[in-house]
Amino acid sequence: MAKITLDKLAHSYYPNPKSDADFALKELDYEWEDGGAYALLGPSGCGKTTLLNIISGLRVPSKGNIKFGDQDVTHLQPEERNIAQVFQFPVIYDTMTVRQNLEFPLVNRRVEKTEIDKRVSEMLAVLDLEGMADRKARGLTADEKQKISLGRGLVRYDVNAILFDEPLTVIDPHMKWQLRTKLKDLHRQLGHTMIYVTHDQTEALTFAYKVVVMYEGEVVQIGTPEELFNEPAHTFVGYFIGSPGMNILSAQVQGNTAHIGSNEIELKNNYQAISGSPELGIRPEFVKLHSKNNGMPINVQAVEDIGRFKIVRGLLEGQEINAVLPEGEPVPTDPRVTFDASQINIYEDSHLVRKGS
Amino acid sequence: MLELRNLTKKVGNALHINDISLTMEKGSLNVLLGPTLSGKTSLMRLMAGLDRPNSGEILMDGTDVVGVPVQKRNVAMVYQQFINYPAMSVYENIASPMRVKKADDATIDRKVREAADLMKLTPYLDRTPLNLSGGQQQRTALARALVKDAELVLLDEPLANLDYKLREELRVELPRIFAETGAIFVYATTEPQEALLLGGQTATLHQGKLTQFAETINVYNEPEDLITAKTFSDPPMNIVPLDKSGEKLAFENNNTDIPKAAADLPDGTYKIGVRPHHVFLTKPDTPSLKMNGVISTTEITGSESFIHVRNNELDVVALVHGVHRVEIGEPIEIYLDQSKFFIFDGNEKLVCAPEIVEAHNG
Amino acid sequence: MDKTYNNKAWLLVLPVFFLVAISAIIPIMTVVNYSVQDTFGNNQFFWAGTEWFQDVLRSERFWDALSRNLLFSFIILSIEIPLGIAITLSMPKKGMWVPVCLVLMALPLLIPWNVVGTIWQIFGRADIGLLGHTLSSLGINYNYTSNIFDAWVTIIIMDVWHWTSLVVLLCYAGLVSIPEAYYQAARIDGTSRWSVFRYIQLPKMRGVLIIAFLLRFMDSFMIYTEPFVLTGGGPGNSTTFMSIDLVKQAIGQFDLGPAAAMSLIYQLIVLLICYIFFTVMSNVGSEKPEQGAEH
Repeated sequence: MAKITLDKLAHSYYPNPKSDADFALKELDYEWEDGGAYALLGPSGCGKTTLLNIISGLRVPSKGNIKFGDQDVTHLQPEERNIAQVFQFPVIYDTMTVRQNLEFPLVNRRVEKTEIDKRVSEMLAVLDLEGMADRKARGLTADEKQKISLGRGLVRYDVNAILFDEPLTVIDPHMKWQLRTKLKDLHRQLGHTMIYVTHDQTEALTFAYKVVVMYEGEVVQIGTPEELFNEPAHTFVGYFIGSPGMNILSAQVQGNTAHIGSNEIELKNNYQAISGSPELGIRPEFVKLHSKNNGMPINVQAVEDIGRFKIVRGLLEGQEINAVLPEGEPVPTDPRVTFDASQINIYEDSHLVRKGS
Repeated sequence: MLELRNLTKKVGNALHINDISLTMEKGSLNVLLGPTLSGKTSLMRLMAGLDRPNSGEILMDGTDVVGVPVQKRNVAMVYQQFINYPAMSVYENIASPMRVKKADDATIDRKVREAADLMKLTPYLDRTPLNLSGGQQQRTALARALVKDAELVLLDEPLANLDYKLREELRVELPRIFAETGAIFVYATTEPQEALLLGGQTATLHQGKLTQFAETINVYNEPEDLITAKTFSDPPMNIVPLDKSGEKLAFENNNTDIPKAAADLPDGTYKIGVRPHHVFLTKPDTPSLKMNGVISTTEITGSESFIHVRNNELDVVALVHGVHRVEIGEPIEIYLDQSKFFIFDGNEKLVCAPEIVEAHNG
Repeated sequence: MDKTYNNKAWLLVLPVFFLVAISAIIPIMTVVNYSVQDTFGNNQFFWAGTEWFQDVLRSERFWDALSRNLLFSFIILSIEIPLGIAITLSMPKKGMWVPVCLVLMALPLLIPWNVVGTIWQIFGRADIGLLGHTLSSLGINYNYTSNIFDAWVTIIIMDVWHWTSLVVLLCYAGLVSIPEAYYQAARIDGTSRWSVFRYIQLPKMRGVLIIAFLLRFMDSFMIYTEPFVLTGGGPGNSTTFMSIDLVKQAIGQFDLGPAAAMSLIYQLIVLLICYIFFTVMSNVGSEKPEQGAEH
């Protein structure tokens, strides 16, 4: 196991990239700690798969280096990098039994027979596959197959990292929960460095300690789930994390007040004059609905009851705004909204203006 | 109005659809909710006329349509895979069902532009589907289903292959678009969240059987049996066996007062269902049942945390607001909100649902 | 399982049904008719019972021809299938060379059978043929019209040249349907080239290989035109396969009864062997199907 260092890494699918736009992955410097659980999160086409392929060795970056520990692996083949990967669709060896599938990577590496038996029976137990160890892998369900794919990586104790490429795509929702919990468990027990690629925020945030959010080839924020939620560094992060995403309202900001149309909002911090286009971000969870006279009047467009809470979709001064209403609370007749001042973020040209700066 | 009466479909010895009866009104949105292989696709194929049931009737406005081929049924279907004509432009793809019906050019043009506008496809009308993103391809397929003016529109997990955020946006738009056309919509999904966002009615399926059919929010609030409750919960509902004796419900050494509505139940063991967001880490003011356990996993989604607590063979998940950093392996006390108990009897039938508190405007 | 329900579809099958009745069922019934009767011309027929069948099964000529057929099919299958797989594996999987390779591969399949025979007949002649002339100028005494071994080698090479492409095209279709993730996973698992073939490519090509195997068996077992054109069944009877023998009997000697009986036996053998192959090969390495698929 080793720490993974990305050193001025960038990739373009064009042989001679001219502008920034030609890069599928824009320059990136980062260090993945040994034994950490990371997620690469972003919509399709954001460059997360490119980054994953560079780490696994399926692609050589056009610029920069990648290191595992102190070893530069930029030009090493996948099989030389000692990593494991779980793909979107389960990859299993059809003609082999479950046990043989798990033995396979060890047999290929000429591990001793007694050692193989020991590790494989351990792995069968960890993955709850003991009951079907000697069945052909072909007839199993998608989640069982996906566990086998995962097991083939985990039996190799010494892997540098385990990479997951949207591994839960073909799994039913209730099984997703179980598998994700299992992954967390395994990470805790075995301590491998794990990198998980997904477009699903719930998967990313529940799996990872650190989430790398990517957008149009650029890493827009790297942070813990709390950081991404509380202080999105970019309006895209605000929109992408959270369901529904953060409300982004164009506003005038001056000192410690913001103006949306004729409404005045008090801010916790003082902001210097903003030269770019200023926006105010507030999560629907922190938009309070009132029927009294305090707050800004909104026009309710739709109310969605999704059990745990209701989503109230409305217009504030012509701008779309969503509010979350806890279970059991009614929608006021003449609704007005107030914002929780401590949860307001201010953006300039889509980038967060750090508080107190 | 579409009526299914005692439909049964066997393939070999496997019973894919087991005695299903359903009635769907014009202009209604009906969600078929169930895990993979629960019979959603099989049922849709019967409705479309792609398969013939082994027994039972399918009535469209009172006439039996079993045996009427799909071409004559005025049905539109959208699949999980993005299915478009690869050689035609988006415009022609959307227009194709009307071309078949020999509609005049002016009507076609108007309707294609309307549908494209609704599905935000206007800038892409001249492109071919292969030059579009997955979301745009699926919106093209949806637009084609819309212009067909079908009496019955079947959508089989249409958003399953799309990105998360895109799915979220389309889920919001789709019910609105459906409502405008007046057709009967049937929408199959494996995801409870999706059913709730879509609204309408929900039919929950389990192993080819219909377990419940009612307004979506009502199925969520009052699932008739344990299977329906499990099908309709994401994150999964916690199921805990409790002993009722007199006025008390007990688990191990802890007990709580029985909910008023369940006071008349005979003594014995019941299974109770509690949704994760009704499990607390600190003792609430309202009546609750204490449980002891050990923290097995925690997951943080930013605004909320899932705490998995293990008690012998039981695994209980609590969904709590905010970020809770807790040590794995640490003992913990959790409190199940008594007022939110779903109580199921020995036959796994619901005998008591939590009261729905909808305070009125004050 | 994806059946569309429509009764009228049966009407569309009717013309084919008539054609099959005329082209297959009626001739077969005629053959059955001949096989149990004797005739001396003049359209006079006498009941012969199973006499012709007994005759055929007792004749050495029949068993010789059958063993020649079996040997021939065995040899060409054991060359064409492995060779076909090997060529497939060495073909590019994407890029501009794919269509070029595929067209080149398909070329021999487009040539009519008798032309193939003629090409090789000329090709192998020692006086004017490129192959024959080259060999004899190297001092090798090669003559497919007089040497039994030479005749067999020529026919086998001809068949391999003509038909390996079919195996290649079928295998190629199977090979390109394997998702890229399988190869990536194999590399990460540290798999050798042989294991990739043994555990990924071969299992995924199983279906098309069964088809290739059956097609090549049936075709080679019923081979007629090419050896007829090339060697005419000689030298001696060394390349007289059952089909050639059958024609000799039926048209050459006008022994309609024995010929009819033989063709029926021939047909039964083909059906039987195909059935056995298919059953055995479908069961090799396959497991019970997954239960209750929804689609």
